[in-house]
Amino acid sequence: MPKDATGILSEIKRTYLIEKLKSGLREDGRKLDQFRNFTVEENFVPRAQGSAFVQLGRTKVIVGVKIEDGEPFPDTPNLGVMTTNVEMLPMAFPTFEPGPPNEDSIEIARVVDRGIRESKMIDMEKLCIEPGKKVMIVFIDIDVIDFDGNIIDACTMGIVKALNFARYKPDPEGPEIALPINNHPISVTMVKIGDDIMCDPTLEEEQMSTARLTVTMTEDGKIRAMQKGNFGSFTVDQIKYAIDMSERVGNQIRENILGEVK
Amino acid sequence: MIGTDEKKEMVFPGDIVEHGNLGMRNGLFRAEDGSFRSQYFGIVQRGEEFIDVVPFHGTYVPRRNDKVIGKILDVGPSMWTVDIKSPYMTMLHMNDTPWRLSSGDIKRALKVGDYVYGKVQTVNEVKESWITLKEPGQGLRKLEGGHIIYVPSPKVPRIIGKGGAMVNMIKDATDTRIVIGQNGIIWIDGPIEGVEKATEAIEMIRNMAHTNGLTDRMTEFLKIEKKGDE
Amino acid sequence: MGTPSNVKLLDENGIRLDGRGPQELRPIRLRTDVLERADGSAMIEWGGNKIIVAVYGPREAYPKHTQDIEKAVIKARYNMAAFSVDERKRPGPDRRSVEISKVISEALTAAVMVELFPRTQIDVFIEVAQADAGTRIASLTAASVALANAGIPMRDFVVGCTVGKVEGKVVLDLSKEEDNFGQADLPVAVLAKTGEVVLIQMDGDLSKEEFNEGMSMIMTATARIHEIQRTALSEKYKEMDMGGAE
Repeated sequence: MPKDATGILSEIKRTYLIEKLKSGLREDGRKLDQFRNFTVEENFVPRAQGSAFVQLGRTKVIVGVKIEDGEPFPDTPNLGVMTTNVEMLPMAFPTFEPGPPNEDSIEIARVVDRGIRESKMIDMEKLCIEPGKKVMIVFIDIDVIDFDGNIIDACTMGIVKALNFARYKPDPEGPEIALPINNHPISVTMVKIGDDIMCDPTLEEEQMSTARLTVTMTEDGKIRAMQKGNFGSFTVDQIKYAIDMSERVGNQIRENILGEVK
Repeated sequence: MIGTDEKKEMVFPGDIVEHGNLGMRNGLFRAEDGSFRSQYFGIVQRGEEFIDVVPFHGTYVPRRNDKVIGKILDVGPSMWTVDIKSPYMTMLHMNDTPWRLSSGDIKRALKVGDYVYGKVQTVNEVKESWITLKEPGQGLRKLEGGHIIYVPSPKVPRIIGKGGAMVNMIKDATDTRIVIGQNGIIWIDGPIEGVEKATEAIEMIRNMAHTNGLTDRMTEFLKIEKKGDE
Repeated sequence: MGTPSNVKLLDENGIRLDGRGPQELRPIRLRTDVLERADGSAMIEWGGNKIIVAVYGPREAYPKHTQDIEKAVIKARYNMAAFSVDERKRPGPDRRSVEISKVISEALTAAVMVELFPRTQIDVFIEVAQADAGTRIASLTAASVALANAGIPMRDFVVGCTVGKVEGKVVLDLSKEEDNFGQADLPVAVLAKTGEVVLIQMDGDLSKEEFNEGMSMIMTATARIHEIQRTALSEKYKEMDMGGAE
């Protein structure tokens, strides 16, 4: 993860944040289990089959879904294909550079992808048109355009919205249909600062945290994917605590994003 | 300094500001037709002998005698590289500090990530600058504790206010100490609630620096905030 | 180029597929300050184009060999999102986007007072979220606004528009279908005050008369688009026009 514009989180800032945490509040006044305000606008790119524009605090991402036909992988001839790609655009942060994805954006894309894939949000079997020959390929591409921490959850929210509302024509002459959707995974990313665990970290919180944990769950209360990051560690109790937080906060987020439609 | 009740005139890059042969000041360029035109999107300030266009945003470029806040970026054997949000390199030499230091061991005085309040001593022909912490009586020092926030440097005069009126009002109302660098980096120290309040007040000025009646609005804001505390 | 027989781009009254007259622009919406991190930013929606522009700088030019000791270097990076076009585009630069980045950088350099910031670079990041013909001039129009928004000193604005030829007629601001099946495409960008041309490209076929007609349409259109640029910038400071009444 990048540091601030010049590469270093200052001691002054660190002391200030820790001082405030002692009173149970974060720099921006949030509680530990509180997300920043967010909006997920659907159909931001009408020309894509599905899309969403996510603002999570000052973090902004655009999710675009393209659905095209193509060949299945040889080992899964009956299954559709899904790919997830995250571009950390240089416009998003002073030190982001153009070029191929670095290890941070690859990790983010893989964690996000795993949450969607392992929860079987899309019924891949239904995307098979002709076994071994022709299946639908769902390309999920994400542009990160403004960066202030917690890209993973911003991406997951956007994907869930975009896939849920995506419409495509498997047959160019036929009608538009929705994707076969099984459920709605929501990722909740938490970081540890001192002994406190808080969700939806800002960039500064990411910088001063020692460890990060993402827990992706579905509405049936099942854990679908996890990823621990950074150099620090969690106790088992802390992880259980984080799972509870993910479920509770994730349910609110899901309701907020999908409203009644679900 | 911007008055609080004059009519503001907004200009865009390339707009004609003046035709005459006035001793021009900042933010204007002379076009081929002889007119003086704005080089910024900003507001015009007219004085008796000058016209300035002050942009709403902009990059800080150091000038001699500016007092600035900077963050230590790198430590060399006898000098530090300092980030003062200028596009050009800024340095601080160990002899320009109040401390007795020996070459190779200056890290114990200032390390990477520390903040200093310094004065621009020299700017060379390629706009690299050297700052000093040595001049006594001006409050130049290493900044310890507190909180750091950023504003665009063109907004600094508005945050200071006439003769420091605005910043003093904030300090008094929030019980904080505030140091403002002309480069737009601001240091605030005091009780956490006070720092928060002062930060909010400065954000407010930053967003409304172009409007009139700011002082009144700020008085109102700080008063209301205080009441909320009781 | 050439019109496939099943597409009729102009009807008998000279009305275009999307209902516009020959000199009519598509709707344009331009906003500033859409991003927090960037020093300046703008988003333009022009017909179906949706483009976000961010400006960073002036900042130290990197790598060092790209520095110019006399002036700032403007580095525009035009990039199309994978989902911006009908068929998914592989992420990353291709030859087309490299060329567009170059001509955009050059056009902006003509307006920016680059001599004030020697040895620095000014980054102009352009992300096309949805492409719908005319992306380069829409990008330039928005980039110019993002630069002013960032407080970068400029002599003038850059403002662009396209004309083209469909069914033998010169029309303003080509749509995607007209771009695909028309007979000529002429994107032009000018300095708003002086009308000097800072970008011109063309493909297809045009007579000299058609070119002249097209250029005069562009001059009229860019004057109108420039007003949109000014409005977009001043929107945030509306309060000021009323003398800053409380």
